[in-house]
Amino acid sequence: MTEPNRQGEVWVFAEQEDGALHDVTLELCGKARELADRLGVRAGAVLPGAGVGPLAKRLIAQGIDNVYLVDHPRLANYQTLPYANALVTLIERHRPQIVVVGATAIGRDMAPRVASTLRSGLTADCTDLDIADVTDPKAGVDHKNLLLQIRPAFGGNIIATIVNYDQWPQMATVREGVMPLKPASNGHAGKIIEEKIDIDDTQMALKLIQRHIEPRKVNLKGARVIVSGGGGIGSKDNFKLLYDLAGAIGGAVGASRAAVDSGLIDKEHQIGQTGTTVRPALYIAVGISGAVQHRAGMEESAKIIAINTDRDAPIFSVAHYGIVGDFKQVIPMMIKAIKEKTR
Amino acid sequence: MPYDSIVCVKQVPDTANITAEAMKEDGTVNRGALPTVFNPEDLHALEAALALRDEYGGTVTVLSMGPPKAGDVLRDSLFRGADRAILLTDRRAAASDTLATSYILAQAIKTIGRYDLVFCGRQAIDGDTAQVGPQCAEKLGIPQITYLQEVIGVHDRSIRVRRNIGRGWEIVDGRLPLLITVLDSANRPRPQGARRVMRMKRAKVPAEVAAEVKAAMPNATDEQRAAETDRRVAALRQSGLLIEQWDLDRIGADLQRCGLAGSPTKVHRIQAIVLTKEGYTEIAPTEAGVGQMIHELVVDRTWG
Repeated sequence: MTEPNRQGEVWVFAEQEDGALHDVTLELCGKARELADRLGVRAGAVLPGAGVGPLAKRLIAQGIDNVYLVDHPRLANYQTLPYANALVTLIERHRPQIVVVGATAIGRDMAPRVASTLRSGLTADCTDLDIADVTDPKAGVDHKNLLLQIRPAFGGNIIATIVNYDQWPQMATVREGVMPLKPASNGHAGKIIEEKIDIDDTQMALKLIQRHIEPRKVNLKGARVIVSGGGGIGSKDNFKLLYDLAGAIGGAVGASRAAVDSGLIDKEHQIGQTGTTVRPALYIAVGISGAVQHRAGMEESAKIIAINTDRDAPIFSVAHYGIVGDFKQVIPMMIKAIKEKTR
Repeated sequence: MPYDSIVCVKQVPDTANITAEAMKEDGTVNRGALPTVFNPEDLHALEAALALRDEYGGTVTVLSMGPPKAGDVLRDSLFRGADRAILLTDRRAAASDTLATSYILAQAIKTIGRYDLVFCGRQAIDGDTAQVGPQCAEKLGIPQITYLQEVIGVHDRSIRVRRNIGRGWEIVDGRLPLLITVLDSANRPRPQGARRVMRMKRAKVPAEVAAEVKAAMPNATDEQRAAETDRRVAALRQSGLLIEQWDLDRIGADLQRCGLAGSPTKVHRIQAIVLTKEGYTEIAPTEAGVGQMIHELVVDRTWG
């Protein structure tokens, strides 16, 4: 366990695959920059991989001051032990005060292993991070500038704020899509620091036999507008109306878990706690009651339109525009109005 | 070649069916008001271990940490085919975060001793952290394979599996011993075996026996109750129906690494999710209403 280092940097684990940085890494760079500025320290990123040096510039453009590049042939494909050990070695070497990791398949595999080795705290799947002074109510001790790690718990029924008083670094994994992606800036100056680490045979515990990556067919995260349907859509045929509306606006089609579970649409369209988290410019929720698990995946959208026959549906609580009515009538009206506006 | 497996399981509140009655006025969750279930993905971890034993031989030991009531999930595991069940229950383990929990589980696994594989569900539905499995593997000093979709086969102390990697899958080989976390898509848990239920429905942990005796003998002295508990526990042991109960001393745990003391993460604040009716602009379901809304969205540059 590591003593608090209040001059320590704010670090991001830079996740890359096949020569590209993961979206959540770019999102986290912006957040790390913001947290570092508030603490008056530098923002760092740890970039492990093989031949990944060219990605460092992009991290700097996203606001990172120090990129710790760990280039090693044994890091070519992600594997738990060599990646976790690389991060542990660097944390012990440079003693950052905060380390954030994307809550991806890789991040959620690696971060617990790192935290366990360091015996530091780790909060999973955060949806927000903040800095504040906190009093330990039991010991009556004040702690300045702690990382507030905010996450849903209990199946999304409560929001918990977690802190780590003194077993640092303060570590958290963060959900994809919840932090806004800041625009890249070529004006930001940063350094690339090459780090040497040893990776012995015992760390290469697994042998990769075959890997298969599905091409992403539905791009919900990149869509500016999402038209999303719930159980209230009723049939696959009715979903075509949603595709028509999405086509008219130039948006993507999403769905709630109820619609996916009842077989109306494919799982890759699912938005919510167990699906994709989105924050488009406009989210149109059609026939979605708005269970907390669904709202967790879309309530950060800039504008939300809810269409539902049930006036008391919880979805209206997060909506900016609410239409109490039958979507089979309302959607054609919307398509017509859009066509008139864009003519 | 036979393989010995240990499966970590958890009894959890049924978070999928939380109602307003389960929330206390201060916004915290009233765990007592919630029904409990076998953590769903742990059932798939158990099935993976049982299927492996059916094919290659060996044993399946189920380990759970929790209050005496967690005897439920251990009985359920025995009904489905587990060979041995151990409940780790100790008030000093309460309020453990994932780091402390994984330390305690790893100590218990070391106390069990011999094993080839440790299976865990990917995550529990009350916390959704998916941290305890990997942290336990680290404490045991063994590699981990997360997100199991399929065990392809075991040969000569090497296991080949297909695991989910988010946008696809990969097939990997790993040398035993290993810790594996299991997804619910990996298999279909077998039902309880009717004959096993008949044979083991009276199986209990000593703490459950003590509670039973307390209820049955409300006016007895502590000594009388203790004697009766001892008698019933001995009878259960005799008929092979005693579920083992361990505490932190039994596993040689360092108390500084357990419970609140061993948990670096502290809960600072809990907020219930309350539906805030902030008010929205209600649009009439008419052409005029919808046309006005679209106009506003164009004007404020939501699109266009």
